[in-house]
Amino acid sequence: MNSLSDFVVVSALLFGIGVYGLVTKRNAMRLLFAVELMINAANLNFVAFNQYLPYQEASNALGQTVVLFSIALAAAEAAVILAIVIVAYRLRNDIDVSEMKTLEG
Amino acid sequence: MAIVTVGGAIVSLEARELVYGAIGLAGSLFGVATLYFLLNAPYVAVFQIAVYIGAVAVLILFTVMLVRQEGWAKEVRPKSTTTVAGVIAAVAVILALTFAILASDLSKYSVIANTATYVDIGKLISTGYAPVLEVLALVLAASIVGALALSRVDREGSAG
Repeated sequence: MNSLSDFVVVSALLFGIGVYGLVTKRNAMRLLFAVELMINAANLNFVAFNQYLPYQEASNALGQTVVLFSIALAAAEAAVILAIVIVAYRLRNDIDVSEMKTLEG
Repeated sequence: MAIVTVGGAIVSLEARELVYGAIGLAGSLFGVATLYFLLNAPYVAVFQIAVYIGAVAVLILFTVMLVRQEGWAKEVRPKSTTTVAGVIAAVAVILALTFAILASDLSKYSVIANTATYVDIGKLISTGYAPVLEVLALVLAASIVGALALSRVDREGSAG
């Protein structure tokens, strides 16, 4: 585990698993898991490539900073999704997304 | 650690019980945190553990455990065509990305000691990216208020 490609391959695997989950799963919680996995794959890429930025005082930690913001955003997103799922469950007794058609056009 | 990460990801999606899936997700997130340590990014790693495992995974776990009822855990077995489509999509994405990565010369780079420290991150956040930080604080506050408003139980009337 010490070349850049190793980390990027792990990130690609995570992203692929996330794609699989998004395509096959119908349970809203599983979809949340899949989205979290894909966000983590993206974050891993940011940190990995940050190691190879040319050293400058100003942008040395740019990738890591972006990932910090991204993690905070993902936390907010998870909280809102959980609230929506709970409301959907309360209204419908079910969190199967293929059956949620109220907002469908 | 790559095995923990990828294995946890698969468990999180394929575990029979949703609770085990949440635990698998936590394992996967922990694996990503260790990868950050390997990449000389300890601050991001600790942040990942604190926010993702400490907050997000625990939030999901508590939600799943507290609202553990029939309709919550019910999972329709997806049609086999859907599963096949999902596997094909995932394998296609993974193979395309992996071949692109291996064909490039990324493997020639080894992890060098990037000396990005807490100080560098702090300087970036507090100077150039200060507006981002403020907007992020607003977004967090708004999302928490929104989550509370959404999941509020109206004692007399209906939910929400």
